[in-house]
Amino acid sequence: MKDEQEHGSPRRVAYINARLLDPESGTDGPGELLSEKKRIIDVGPRLFDQGPPDDARVVDCAGHCLAPGLVDMHVHLREPGHEHKETIATGSESAAAGGVTSMACMPNTNPVIDNIALVEYIQRRARETSRVKVYPYGAVTRGLKGEQITEMGLLSEAGAIAFSDDGLPVFDSLVMRRALSYASTFGLLISQHAEDPRLSACGCMAEGAHSTRLGLSSIPDVSEVIIVERDIRLVEITGGRYHVAHISTAGAVEAVRCAKARGLQVTCEATPHHFTLCDADVGNYRTFAKMAPPLRSEQNRQAILEGLKDGTIDAIATDHAPHDQESKRVPFAHAANGIVGLETLLPLSLALHHEGGMTLLDLLATMTSGPARLLGIPGGRLAKGEPADLVLFDPDAEWVIEVSKFRSKSKNSPFDERRVRGRVLRTVVDGRSVFRHDEVENADAA
Amino acid sequence: MYAERVTPSFRHRHLLGIEGLTPDEISFLLDLSESYVELNRQAEKKNPVLRGRTLINLFFETSTRTRTSFELAGKRLGADTINMSVQTSAIKKGETLIDTAMTLNAMHPDVLVVRHPESGAVKLLADHVNCAVINAGDGSHEHPTQALLDALTIRRRRGRLEGLIVAICGDILHSRVARSNILLLTRMGARVRLVAPPTLLPSAVEAFGVEVHHDMRTGLADCDIVMMLRLQIERMQGTYVPSTREYFHFFGLDDEKLKVAKADARVMHPGPMNRGIEIDSALADDITRSVILEQVEFGVAVRQACLEALSHGHPELGPKL
Repeated sequence: MKDEQEHGSPRRVAYINARLLDPESGTDGPGELLSEKKRIIDVGPRLFDQGPPDDARVVDCAGHCLAPGLVDMHVHLREPGHEHKETIATGSESAAAGGVTSMACMPNTNPVIDNIALVEYIQRRARETSRVKVYPYGAVTRGLKGEQITEMGLLSEAGAIAFSDDGLPVFDSLVMRRALSYASTFGLLISQHAEDPRLSACGCMAEGAHSTRLGLSSIPDVSEVIIVERDIRLVEITGGRYHVAHISTAGAVEAVRCAKARGLQVTCEATPHHFTLCDADVGNYRTFAKMAPPLRSEQNRQAILEGLKDGTIDAIATDHAPHDQESKRVPFAHAANGIVGLETLLPLSLALHHEGGMTLLDLLATMTSGPARLLGIPGGRLAKGEPADLVLFDPDAEWVIEVSKFRSKSKNSPFDERRVRGRVLRTVVDGRSVFRHDEVENADAA
Repeated sequence: MYAERVTPSFRHRHLLGIEGLTPDEISFLLDLSESYVELNRQAEKKNPVLRGRTLINLFFETSTRTRTSFELAGKRLGADTINMSVQTSAIKKGETLIDTAMTLNAMHPDVLVVRHPESGAVKLLADHVNCAVINAGDGSHEHPTQALLDALTIRRRRGRLEGLIVAICGDILHSRVARSNILLLTRMGARVRLVAPPTLLPSAVEAFGVEVHHDMRTGLADCDIVMMLRLQIERMQGTYVPSTREYFHFFGLDDEKLKVAKADARVMHPGPMNRGIEIDSALADDITRSVILEQVEFGVAVRQACLEALSHGHPELGPKL
């Protein structure tokens, strides 16, 4: 282990006694995998009937699940500008601990990722400090102001994999039309934070009996739905590729479902918190339950679950949003939005398998091949020639989330002390182990 | 008059809202208030159950009547009472709120009476101090002593709360008074109607066991009590309602609209009033209909009762055993 950390990817690693899970090929069964340097060179059942190659280091998976490393298409890494909340380095530690091998970071940094220099900066910092692969989004509009579109073509050439003003919507219909239209030149994906800020009217939780009880200004469901429906109309006339970030309402899921049925290039993602919690979890002004979009009603939560099951929702993404303690220890209306999510992604999502009846393959598709395809990045598959980006996990291990042990610099999570099922045992990026649960256990014991 | 009538049936550390109080606890507070109503009408008004204790009125929002009412209540119970007004512009939101709480806490007050413009802020502050905290109004959330004094006013006029029809009219959406009253009155068995245009009603409010009306004629029909709420004119015009003229025409209380209520129905208002906007000026002053000044009077008694009750539940505050 020490050897590989110091010398990059080991030459060959043989993963034996695995339950191989590859959503892309529909594989779910016992098998082995062989990587050489950064790539998978063979995968399948009974690869090593004559025993693993002599020169390979052997990882005994002990029957646990070996799947493509998770791809999180929506994180906030806070670098540059808010390094007291998270850095690319600490965010990548958090990702590795969560089984995430590739993540796409949003451009609402300071300065905003709206020019080539910032895209290159993120890539350089990732090369220098990250344990996992980091892909920057570019902003749709300069300075996230919603007015002038960015140099999407050049940004894309520099390495921006998709575009979003996330945190803020592209609210102006004309700007959105032109952004979709222009992005279609290069086949670029635009991810929309779908919210009508006028309808949201500075609300701080979902509108309903709970907001009424707490006397908090509230955000109606229609604030999201109306923008998704508008944008779908714009996709009809522009032919752009449109993605709804952190979808949270039944109405928006239904709109995406209809758009897909009509053959439009419309996709969406949902976060674990939106399918795990609802507005009742705000409880007595718990600021850890303050999100944008807000935690919605139970009926909306059910619609998200339904959308995941029927394939309307293409990806599960965390919207990992680190915040320091001071940002949350304030009156609810002033508290920052969002929670850290990388280290709870897999266990929270596995509830959809354990309790929701989704097959492991369908569920994993939303965290591997699904988002990888949307972003057009390598990985997300167990196939010859693919990067050796892997996650080894025990889907049944029960444990209790302890926020204080998170590797993220921030601890803002409403899931502290929650009992969950499913644990990441090892995370591999480019053939190299970047996280091992047994080492954590040993460190705890020592 | 002193310690002997104390029934320790109020075991809360703080009074942050009506939510969380049982009907018995509400009745206990109202009964205790009754004795203070009588005491406050005497020349000698002291019942020094809080002698040697310190009460701080911490107001992050301007207030005259509530602050004065708490100040009098504290002084009549013998507490050392000081007022702190914190300009919300000077206090930069959150961490400073907790800083303020911890700073004051270090001076060992026994009771903090707190008003804050944000819902939930008083609870946040209460989580960071050792003393008893009374919510004197937080955002659009709760204003429990107002609901208690309203209940006391109603109960003294009608002899009971159960079965009465109470119409709460006006800006329910932004009103902490309305929320606390809805909780208290429904809990005590009254029938609560809310009368307002939909723009001034919070979402899903029917879930709180109230009837919703958009017409004063149906909303006030046969009611025992009409509770008017203040319309915040500055932020209402052209947004929530088209104009104060139109608002008064449809939702302002005057003799004509009051006719459908019970003949002896009483009119209440938590103050300060906008005369001619939510309530006709002459009606507000009509002592045969309006009990607005009784509300103010009983406010002091209710706050005395709450302070005394909290001293039972709070070992550091209560009389030494």
